[in-house]
Amino acid sequence: MITGLLIAFAVGGVLCVLAQLVVDVGRITAAHVMVLFVVLGALTGGLGWYGPLVKWAGAGATVPLPGFGYTMVEGIDRATQTEGVLGLLTGGLTAAAGGIKAAVLFSLAAALVFNPRG
Amino acid sequence: MRSGVMQVPQQQDADYLALAARHRPPTPVWQNAVRAFVVGGALCVVGQLVTDFFEAHGQTATRAASPTAVVMVGLGALLTGLGLYDRLVRSGGMGGALPISGFANAMVAPAMEHRREGLVLGVGAKLFTVAGPVLAYGLGSAFLVGVVRLLVGS
Repeated sequence: MITGLLIAFAVGGVLCVLAQLVVDVGRITAAHVMVLFVVLGALTGGLGWYGPLVKWAGAGATVPLPGFGYTMVEGIDRATQTEGVLGLLTGGLTAAAGGIKAAVLFSLAAALVFNPRG
Repeated sequence: MRSGVMQVPQQQDADYLALAARHRPPTPVWQNAVRAFVVGGALCVVGQLVTDFFEAHGQTATRAASPTAVVMVGLGALLTGLGLYDRLVRSGGMGGALPISGFANAMVAPAMEHRREGLVLGVGAKLFTVAGPVLAYGLGSAFLVGVVRLLVGS
């Protein structure tokens, strides 16, 4: 279990360093890099590269945003196997449903309950 | 996002940009990288602990990813509301922003900031300042990858 935590730390940390380097060296905003990394997760997922990383690093690969893109690609893959072409439209959101719904729900609640500060 | 460049006459643009570049404080690239590594790595360790918990309670490794995302997103939203997550992003940069808890932070922070503009066009719309592009391009690219995979037949 300790090994798993260390690998998650290292892989998640490296992904964040790559994102930080793109921000600092490429001089683009965090929002642009977040979009870029989700797209990269989808592309590397499609190429079959991100899956092995997820198997090895667990949350180190699924918690950073590329994991979000990978989840959508995998969901589409599963859905097209059972539903055919319609799966292209249902699979992505189905797989990411928990995260997206939680993000909208919790964020809405937090934005309504808490007052801005700082 | 607005650009930080001031309006200057056209012929002075090059001179001005060169001057601005000379006076811009150098970006502490290495320091930022180390901070991103530590903060991002730590957040992934939290995620791994949550994943381990779900796996210990009957979820497979694949199925534990979704509830882990839910917990991390909830944590990100809560800490943003308490004013703590923004500090994490200030010190950790992309180490705070890239984990999915940072996705929740990018939803809550602008929504709170623009609450005065109303519940619909303030909170409701600003929730998706960053989440909108992320979802649009994420779903778009995943769709294209799906089409290619379907055609290739892998």
